[in-house]
Amino acid sequence: MDDQYTVRPDTAASAARVWHDGQPVYDRGDTVCVIGAGGSGLTVIKNLREAGFSVDCYERETSVGGAWNWRHDRSPVYASTHLISSKPFTQFPDFPMPDDWPDYPHHSQMLTYFERYADHFGLREHVWFGTEVARVEPLRDGRRWDVTVRGSRGGQERTLRYAAVVVANGHNWSPRYPEIEGLDDFRGQVLHASAYSDAAQLRGRKVLVIGGGNTGCDLAVEAAQQATRCWHSTRRGYWYAPKYVLGRPADQANDLLRWLRLPLALRRWLFTRLLRLTVGDFSRLGLREPDHKPYESHPVVNSQLMYYIGHGVITPVPDVARFTRGGVEFADGTSADPDLVVLATGYQPVFEFASPELLGIDADGRPRLRLQLFSRTHPTLAVVGLVQPGSGMFSIAHWQAVTVARWLRRWGADPERAAAAWGRRQGKPERRFVQGRVADSSRHWFEVDHVVYLRALQRSLDELEAA
Amino acid sequence: MTTKIVRQREWALPPAPVRREVLSAAPTDAGAAPPVLFVPGFGHGAWAFAEYWLEYTCERGFPAYAMSLRGHGESGSASKATLRAYVHDVTQVAASLPRQAVLVGHGASALVVAMALARYPARAAVLVSPVFGGPGAAFSALLRNPLATVPAVFGRPLRPRRGQLFSRELPVADRTRHAARLGGASARAQWQLVAHRAPEDPVGAPPVLVVGSPDDRIAGRAALTAVARRYGGAPLLFPGMGHDLMLDMRWKEPIAAILDWLDKPDQ
Repeated sequence: MDDQYTVRPDTAASAARVWHDGQPVYDRGDTVCVIGAGGSGLTVIKNLREAGFSVDCYERETSVGGAWNWRHDRSPVYASTHLISSKPFTQFPDFPMPDDWPDYPHHSQMLTYFERYADHFGLREHVWFGTEVARVEPLRDGRRWDVTVRGSRGGQERTLRYAAVVVANGHNWSPRYPEIEGLDDFRGQVLHASAYSDAAQLRGRKVLVIGGGNTGCDLAVEAAQQATRCWHSTRRGYWYAPKYVLGRPADQANDLLRWLRLPLALRRWLFTRLLRLTVGDFSRLGLREPDHKPYESHPVVNSQLMYYIGHGVITPVPDVARFTRGGVEFADGTSADPDLVVLATGYQPVFEFASPELLGIDADGRPRLRLQLFSRTHPTLAVVGLVQPGSGMFSIAHWQAVTVARWLRRWGADPERAAAAWGRRQGKPERRFVQGRVADSSRHWFEVDHVVYLRALQRSLDELEAA
Repeated sequence: MTTKIVRQREWALPPAPVRREVLSAAPTDAGAAPPVLFVPGFGHGAWAFAEYWLEYTCERGFPAYAMSLRGHGESGSASKATLRAYVHDVTQVAASLPRQAVLVGHGASALVVAMALARYPARAAVLVSPVFGGPGAAFSALLRNPLATVPAVFGRPLRPRRGQLFSRELPVADRTRHAARLGGASARAQWQLVAHRAPEDPVGAPPVLVVGSPDDRIAGRAALTAVARRYGGAPLLFPGMGHDLMLDMRWKEPIAAILDWLDKPDQ
């Protein structure tokens, strides 16, 4: 027995027999703690239950759906958000989306989908809604966990002991703000994309959208439809993939080519060829030529951006150099006078409940995980959904959850052997799950290619089954 | 147990959407009873279960559903449907039900259900008079019933004899009525019944029950035993009945046994 945790036999009558920092600890035995009941959290609950675990899930909101539930404070969706990956890649592989939904469903359909998933598999009874996780601390042995929770609107803290913790708290809720000279002095309105909810916010305004990611491009298109003027500022040239090519959703066409085993170089050539045949020379439209090859960066899927640039409604501009009181100057010396600036500069993952070393979080806030999934130091800690696939999210989250469930089952069956296997894995070098080289890899540090990554998960599952 | 994750062909080429017939009978208070989805075999539509089993299952307190595969019953036509499209139909309907469902497949749809089990974590599965096909089974069917199978070689629907589908107990009028409603699966799916890969392992480890009649001249005792062994059990046998257990005179015995099995606490 160590000094930090003491057993008090005199309180044997109550549920809590163990104490931690003067607080009772309710030992939940082999139960697994899941943090978050968004799309990833739900599939973790479902797959852990299927593998025979009992599960306590904590959700700070009062309903499921996480980022896809527009009622949630932290939800980044806006009225017209649609998926950018088509159904077969986005859905949970064992719970297909209805055939009569469109190829690229609307965000409200995603929420319906998650609610139906939760009802279908009876997941809600395992979720403690309106409860957030304050602290996650490993016990001395580094295997079990003390999790301190409290009501998300305040209230008494409560500590429970779990056999494992699976984090699924999402990564699209803490806005990342760029540091741009003079932004504080700018008199116009500045809005992060997370605070954008409805096209009415753009109507009749002169809008500058900063950011060349998928959100940035979608918002530039929204602004083109609603605002009086729209500038779209990107740092570099991108490959803008259309949503449909070769008569089918672009990601389906792409996977068809990969299934036919077309080599990467040939697919790149075909991609460039298709763009040249349809859009033509990017520079003709005032866009910069991409400084990287196709598939080297997170894909931007947008059919309408080119259309509106071609109609002169969106003015593509380079990086912002500085803001002045009444306007903005760009890197090429030109300037503009927007009255609304939308920062589509992305989000950063935040794990406020865990000390950084648990997830190997470096100075830039990036966790270093094995298989983009498991803690490198603690065998019973995993993060599900912390990937940015060039494809749909939730099929990947499902297989991550299955891998975690199988690993924990093996761990529970024979911890010593499992620990030995764990030790062997520790020596393996970090790898990226991408095809070819990745441009600007520091920004896209959790980017994965869905096929490369799922093949890696397949190998892990096979190893877990063989053992 | 192996799990297949990467399915690029399926992602790239999803089966075409189709209108699907789903009949239902819901009890006033289902309680915790899981929904039961009946999948009729090749040539049959949802009507085959609507005759008796659907109502009976509902009376026993289970929400009951019967569907028609594409190209069958009132579902949309699909002359080029593959087994994969049929599996897609089953998982689509199963996922549309309010709770995790029990899948009941009859005849060749027992194979479709067995394949669907790898794509949808069913609460449980029941394979009724399963026809898993294969070259050997196709050859013996050719010998036993050349009138039905030779045309099928040329793309015509498989037409089992009435004597194979129903027992002699069933009045002739009923036999004629049912036989008149029989359709056929697509030629492609019929060929796949002869040559297909074995169904992948089920996901979520559902309990599987095999039910049939040793006197069934389409899926006899040997076939029943082989399928049941694959799922680690023995078949539940109802002697004296034909292939279409759900339409025979003694239709109540097998469905009562199936629901008793579902009612057991460990299912």
